[in-house]
Amino acid sequence: MMDETSYFLFQAVLAASIMALIFYGIFFVKQKEKIRTIARLTLLTSGILQTLYILLRYLQAGYTPITSQHETIVFFAWSVTWAYLSFRWRYTVKNFGAFISLLVFILLLIAANASRTILPLPPALQSNWLPIHAGISVISYGFLALGFCSGVMYLLQERELKSKRFGYFFTRLPSLDSLDQLNSHCLATGFILFTLGIITGSIWASNAWGTYWHWDPKETWSLITWFLYAAQIHQRFSAGWRGKRAAVMAVIGFAAVLFTLWGVTYLLGGVHSYAR
Amino acid sequence: MPGDMILLFGVNHKTTPLAVREKLAVGNGYEEPLQALRNITGCKECYLLSTCNRVEILVIAQENAQVEEALSTLLFGDSVAPELRHDYLYIHRNNEAVHHLFMVATSLDSMIVGEAQILGQLKEAYRHASEHKCTGPILNKLLHKSFSVAKRVRSETQIGASAVSISYAAVELAKKIFGNLEDKNVLLVGAGEMAELAAEHLVSQGVRKVVVANRTLARAMDLAKRFNGTAVSLDELFSQLEQADIVISSTGAPNIILHKNDVKPIMRARRNEPIFFIDIAVPRDLDPELNDLDNVYLYDIDDLQNVVETNKSERDKEAVKARRIVDEETLKFQNWLDSLAIVPTIAALRKKADDICRSELERTMCRLQHLSPDEQKTIEKMALAISSKLLHDPVSFLKNESCKEQNEIKVEIIRTAFGLVDTN
Repeated sequence: MMDETSYFLFQAVLAASIMALIFYGIFFVKQKEKIRTIARLTLLTSGILQTLYILLRYLQAGYTPITSQHETIVFFAWSVTWAYLSFRWRYTVKNFGAFISLLVFILLLIAANASRTILPLPPALQSNWLPIHAGISVISYGFLALGFCSGVMYLLQERELKSKRFGYFFTRLPSLDSLDQLNSHCLATGFILFTLGIITGSIWASNAWGTYWHWDPKETWSLITWFLYAAQIHQRFSAGWRGKRAAVMAVIGFAAVLFTLWGVTYLLGGVHSYAR
Repeated sequence: MPGDMILLFGVNHKTTPLAVREKLAVGNGYEEPLQALRNITGCKECYLLSTCNRVEILVIAQENAQVEEALSTLLFGDSVAPELRHDYLYIHRNNEAVHHLFMVATSLDSMIVGEAQILGQLKEAYRHASEHKCTGPILNKLLHKSFSVAKRVRSETQIGASAVSISYAAVELAKKIFGNLEDKNVLLVGAGEMAELAAEHLVSQGVRKVVVANRTLARAMDLAKRFNGTAVSLDELFSQLEQADIVISSTGAPNIILHKNDVKPIMRARRNEPIFFIDIAVPRDLDPELNDLDNVYLYDIDDLQNVVETNKSERDKEAVKARRIVDEETLKFQNWLDSLAIVPTIAALRKKADDICRSELERTMCRLQHLSPDEQKTIEKMALAISSKLLHDPVSFLKNESCKEQNEIKVEIIRTAFGLVDTN
């Protein structure tokens, strides 16, 4: 019974997110305010359904559903959606939703293709640190993904302005300044959470294994990603790195995030490779 | 009236480099030069226009070399040697002068064809001239005509559309870069007509501050006052660039005034805050390579024109239409002027006949005291009728529309034939 509900709930999540993508797509093309409102409501619905799905899975599995591939990606999509909705609450960035809903949909599509079977939790992960460490880390990925989207939008818009030939994106994308500010906010929030994720992880490691740091591939790559973002933050606030460079860095940083999340698990292995 | 001519002396951005224009004696203020113009002997009416891009003197004067000499001395002062003046100066007479004035008023002679600023400047110059009682019947008519020609061109052609849309495009671009313009600073480098227009648009968007940098501080201050801004000299350009967000450059400098290598350290000092350069000078003020720097956006006048997609042939078509209107109006004004030459002759002719009638009647009436008042009236009427019937043909000869170009000869013939003394 629960399994079926869970299955249908996920299908509903998928349906809501594709509807959000379609509405945002129409808004992107037509630029009509009415459609934007519908798109926002659809994405909000998708966000609520995602939350319900994660809660249901928590009840089913009896632990925080953030260990398997499917669970991690759903949680990732959930963080992206709610990170966006939390920003939406504060200020509007024109057509940002179109890019976000595309990313959310792609993530959910990948999740849909991963195995949804619930496995018993490995003994190593049976700890209260699991939701704290993994949750904070993946939420930070959500904000960094937002930064990535704003970076891509910045690069598109900057190219139009520099080349002086205005194509399809010029009127549809927001001002460079708002994209850069968005990038800066996402970077700051994402970086703080990312750092917290690493700290909680190392405390957990110290509790479980007796050492704070293992040089396990996942840890190493997290550190590399952390340094990428740390350098970016440092440069932004000390030397005034902004604009194109910051946008490129946001894209590179996010590539490192994705590699840390998937690349390491599949290519390098190590003690973190639970989530297959 | 005969022997008087309309004379226009001027220098503009096309003929004279800014460095020379700025040294002109009449460059600043209207009062002194207007007084000096009035004191030139043989100069009956005068008017002076002084803008960033041009200085022009328009006078009604006796045709002689002294007047021209005096005007050119007044215009250039000591700044340019007399033998060099002819390289810069253009002189238009009569029809040509009228045509040129109309070209200026309709902005066909401006750096940016179609900008509307010039009409305002023309009106202000006229206000000064008429306040100092420098203008008379001809210039009053001529200048009012130039205003209405400008209006006609504006309403009958699309010539204004491109200039307005250029500054509109500049604002749109600025918004795409900065989002909100409210906390942005605008720096005007040079004080051209178009720069003013663009700055006006930006100010209406609520920019925080306007700074005007100009080679001559006095002009910078004039312009700064309009936007409640501050004026600085051109030497402070680099330090001002550290604070400016939008830079509109329109100096008349012959070379590039800001190179890529100058801006690099400035970007460091600005901590990479984006900066938007708008180069509306012809020739260009700013190094095109500035656009390659990060967070620097450079648009010159051609780029802006491409942005608004007013295609060039379209613009040229409008200019041709505008020119046709100017030609037409010049002709109309010439007709008015020509008729002006006839009017005093007709008046003199009538006066002479009238005088003869009156004196002859007086003499006759002394000897005809026995007549009743009614009979006296009849004789008076007869005398006036004879004179007016006699005058009818010569007057219609003068007024004849078909051979206007011979007006002067006709006036001469009548004046000689009727022995009219020159009263002018």
